[in-house]
Amino acid sequence: MKLRFWGTRGSLPIALTASEVRAKLVCALNGAVGRQLDTPEKIAHYVDHELGFDVRGTFGGHSSCVELVTGAAEHVIFDMGSGARPLGASFLQRFGAETPQAYHVFMSHVHWDHIMGFPFFAPVYIPGNRIVIHGCHAVLEEAFRRQQAPPSFPVNFSELAATIEFDTLVPGKRYSIAGLEVTAKLQRHEGDSYGYRIAAQGKSIVYTTDSEHQLGDSAERDRFIEFFRDADIVVFDAMYALADAISVRADWGHSSNIVGVELCQAAHVRCLCMYHHEPAYDDVRIASVLQETRRFEEITRGDRPLEIISAYDGLELDV
Amino acid sequence: MDLHPNTMDGVKVLAPSGRIDHTSADSFQAALEPHLAQCRDHEPPLVIDMSAVDYISSVGLRVLMVAAKQVKAQNGCIVIAALTPMVKEVFEISRFNLVFDLFDSVSAAARTHGTRA
Repeated sequence: MKLRFWGTRGSLPIALTASEVRAKLVCALNGAVGRQLDTPEKIAHYVDHELGFDVRGTFGGHSSCVELVTGAAEHVIFDMGSGARPLGASFLQRFGAETPQAYHVFMSHVHWDHIMGFPFFAPVYIPGNRIVIHGCHAVLEEAFRRQQAPPSFPVNFSELAATIEFDTLVPGKRYSIAGLEVTAKLQRHEGDSYGYRIAAQGKSIVYTTDSEHQLGDSAERDRFIEFFRDADIVVFDAMYALADAISVRADWGHSSNIVGVELCQAAHVRCLCMYHHEPAYDDVRIASVLQETRRFEEITRGDRPLEIISAYDGLELDV
Repeated sequence: MDLHPNTMDGVKVLAPSGRIDHTSADSFQAALEPHLAQCRDHEPPLVIDMSAVDYISSVGLRVLMVAAKQVKAQNGCIVIAALTPMVKEVFEISRFNLVFDLFDSVSAAARTHGTRA
């Protein structure tokens, strides 16, 4: 299995500004001075191996959308943030418009940043496609229909050509969907959110975004450790620094890198993938948080290491 | 948890020890509470001597955050002193270095805040 990240930014899509692109170019060119980069190969090696990701790349700005590639015919997606637009284009490129496809979408919740990509997800306009939207919220269908109702969007939900179904899941109940074993878990977030644990092919992943962890609640901590237990990858809402998450941004419904490491260590997770990046953070800041988080894991490591990565738009991660 | 309260140079020093994590945070909080209640304007500032703390987890940091909020609301003063290198890193990574004034030693904290009472 493989995870493809199409949108990793929290709360609101962002884009690089001209000054940020310029700063990357200036940094890269300054670093190139005196290096005799006189062939395309030397230049490519310099870019790929000498520059940090925050200079040679970007963490990206689309809001939450992740594809789980299982190898099966039915496609699996988590959330429909603005990353759903390039994901839809990718599906069209891969499969064309003539061959009907089936999609299973698992929704963490229906806040704006997690549904805004749906009207731009090209497969919804193609007859014959089947799209099943799974989630635990009673308002799941209403939220999708409402965002396309006048005057918010020019194409009404009822005009979409694909067959679109809504499937309400019960948290804690184990389902078999698209060849996957799926379990949802209630999370702390305004209006509730749900994490998903997916097991298949001897691997397991947890998708847990928009989830605030109450540090004083040890029973809740234990429940999350059990939900994460022995997962290969946990995609985790690490939006804030711990101090912010429990003070000025308490009750905003998000978590921190520190809590992510602690829970994953306690649950013997293999890889923590930090996700739902704060929109106010630039690439330098996110790269710095990643470096600090790896250091935190190092100094708190128990009997096994925890791999730490930071998701970015375009990341492909083997499970 | 015994905090070994001690008054010196106009500050009250509390000295937790060991690991402050999910197994000991409640005990730390309970031990801290009576001292927090007294930490008001015109009362001696609190200096938390962290020199014997091996590690502090998010749950332990939360206790300190709650303490900072309470003391601030009472116009009192609470500062942190003598962090071990590893715990200092935890403070920096969690941004708790922006929540508290940090001092290299208890005496340095007392020199800055000891005349408050």
